[in-house]
Amino acid sequence: MSLLEVRNVTLTFKGIAALMDVGFSVEKGQIVSLIGPNGAGKTSMLNCISGRYHPDSGEITLNGKNLLALPAHARMSTGMSRTFQNIALFKGMSVLDNLMVGRHSRITYGLLASLLYFGRARKEEDIHRRRVEEVIDFLGLSSYRHKVAGSLPYGVQKLVELGRALAAEPELILLDEPMAGMNLEETEEMARYILDINEEWKITVLLVEHDMGVVMDISDRVVVLDFGQLLAEGAPEEVQSNPDVIAAYLGGENASFLGI
Amino acid sequence: MQGKCGLFFTTYAKECQVFHTDFQKSTVALFFLVLLAAPFFLSSYQVSLLNLINIAVIGAVSLNLLTGSCGQISLGHGAFIGVGAYATGICTLNGWPFLPALLFGGATTALVGMIFGIPSLRLKGIYLAIATLAAQLILVYIFMHWTSVTGGAIGMGLDPPVILGYSFDTDLKMFYLTLFFAVSAVLIVKNILRTKSGRAFVAIRDFHLSAESVGINLFRYKLQAFGVSSFLAGIAGGLWAHYTMYINPEQFEIGLSIQYLAMIIIGGLGSVIGSVFGAVFLTLLPEALGIVANLLSGFFPDISTYFLAMRDGIFGLILVFFLIFEPDGLARRWQLAKSYFKLHPFAH
Repeated sequence: MSLLEVRNVTLTFKGIAALMDVGFSVEKGQIVSLIGPNGAGKTSMLNCISGRYHPDSGEITLNGKNLLALPAHARMSTGMSRTFQNIALFKGMSVLDNLMVGRHSRITYGLLASLLYFGRARKEEDIHRRRVEEVIDFLGLSSYRHKVAGSLPYGVQKLVELGRALAAEPELILLDEPMAGMNLEETEEMARYILDINEEWKITVLLVEHDMGVVMDISDRVVVLDFGQLLAEGAPEEVQSNPDVIAAYLGGENASFLGI
Repeated sequence: MQGKCGLFFTTYAKECQVFHTDFQKSTVALFFLVLLAAPFFLSSYQVSLLNLINIAVIGAVSLNLLTGSCGQISLGHGAFIGVGAYATGICTLNGWPFLPALLFGGATTALVGMIFGIPSLRLKGIYLAIATLAAQLILVYIFMHWTSVTGGAIGMGLDPPVILGYSFDTDLKMFYLTLFFAVSAVLIVKNILRTKSGRAFVAIRDFHLSAESVGINLFRYKLQAFGVSSFLAGIAGGLWAHYTMYINPEQFEIGLSIQYLAMIIIGGLGSVIGSVFGAVFLTLLPEALGIVANLLSGFFPDISTYFLAMRDGIFGLILVFFLIFEPDGLARRWQLAKSYFKLHPFAH
C-alpha cells in the first residue's frame, strides 16, 4: 500500500475548477515531485492534503487513514508536516521556539502542567528540546538558535521552516517550493538537505518545485499537473520526454527548458 | 534571550530557568525582601497604592497574555474584572469563605470570557476588538440592571477578606494577600509562556494559518487564552472588590478596559515584566502628577485644579508618546538599561 494516496480529487472555487479528478500516489521512502506550469494546481493539491482546502470530491489517505475526515490541525498527528511557498514562520519567536512549536502535536502535557511547569512539563520539555536540537544540528542552525526568526536572512528562514516541519518527525513531508528565490548555492544546499532527509531520516518527500534541474535530479517520480488535470506521471526521464509535458510547458516547440 | 559572556549551560533545563546567574537570583531575592519589609516603613496611603499596584499587575499580566501574546485584542477586560468582583462579592455575601468565593469568581469570569471569546474564531484584529467592546457594554448593562443580584447603581458593600478566621482588614495585611496573588499570577503566566500553550498562543498571534498546519487547534487555544486571561482577571476583580469593600457598575466601565490596554502597551506587549512595569507606571502616574502639581502650586496657585482637569489629557499624551517613540514599551527600555550596565564601561 502506498503511503499517500490521492484519488479523484476535485476542487472548485465558485465553479472554477482548480483540480479535476486528480489522482496519484506516493510510495514510502520516495521523493515525489509535483510540477506544472503556473496555476496548474500544485499548491492547491498540497493545501488539500494538509487541510487548508476541502476538495469537493475525492479521497486522500495517508497510511490508509482518511485525511479528509480530519480537520487541518489534527492531520499533523497522522505523520505529516509541511512548509509554505511564502515563508510562514512565527516571526516574533526565536528559532528554537519555532522548532518547538513544530513539535506541538507530539507534546502531551496539558494546560495544568504548563501552569505549574515543575514536574511533568519540565521533564517533557527536556525530551522535546533534545529532538529539536538534533534538527538544529542537522540544518546547521545552532548559531541562530536564540535569534528572532523574523530578523534572519531569507535563506535561513527557509531552512528554519524546513526545520519546523522536520521537528514534528513526520513520515511524509510536503515541501512547497523550498528553492523559490534562492541562489545557486542555497539551492544546492537545500537539495542536499532534501536528499539527506529522505535517506538518513527515512522521510518520504512530496515536493512542489519550479527548478527543473533539481526536480529531475533528485526525484524518484514526477507528477505533472496542467490546468488542474493530471498530465503525466512517471520517472523523471519518462516525464522529460513526454510530448504532452513539453507542449504544456513550452507550447510544443523548444524542449531545452526541461533539460533535454 | 541573548547568551551572556561567560554563561554556559550544561543542561537544557538550566537554560529554561527564569533567572540564570547567582547575581540575578540574589537581586530578585533582595527585591522581594525589601518589598516585604517596605509596608512597615510606609504610610497607610502609600501601602494602599502598593495594593492597587498588586491588583493592577494581575489584571495587566492577564490581559497581556491574551492581547500581547495571543494577539486577541480585548476591549472587555474591565468588564471581566467586574464579573470577578461581583461573582466573588455575591458569594461572600451569601456566607461563602473568601478563598472558595474568589476561585468561584475566577471560574465564573473564565466561563464568561470564553463565551465572549467564541467570536474570536471568525473575527480578527479590529473586528474582534469591536466584538469584545460589545461584551464590555453588555456586562456593564447587566451589572447595572440585574438589581436583585448586583444591587444595580447603588452598588454592593462588602467586608474585608477573611481566611481561616484571620481578617485582612488593614492595608498592611491586605498587602501581603494581594502580593501573594500578584506573584502567583505572574509566575503562572510566565510558566504558560515558556511551555506548550504559550508557544501555541504566540504562534496564533504571529501566523494563524501555519499555526494550524503545525497541529494547533486554533479554536481550542484561543478559548484557552480567553479562559486563563479571564480567570486571572476575575481573581483581580475579587481582590479589588474586597479590598475597596464597595463595588458599583461605574468602576468597570470602558475606561478601566482602556486603562489596562494602556498598561500593557506602555509596559510592552507580550512581555511579562512589561505588564508589571505598566501596572506600576499607570497606578503611580496620577500620584506623580499630583506631586508635580503640588510643587508648581508655589508659582501658580490655581495649578492643582487645572492639573486635575488635565489628568486624562496627560494620560492620553503619554500613551501617544509611547506608541510613537517606544512601541515596545518599558520592557525594552529595561532590556537596554540592563545590557548597558552589563557591558559598562565597554560600548560593545
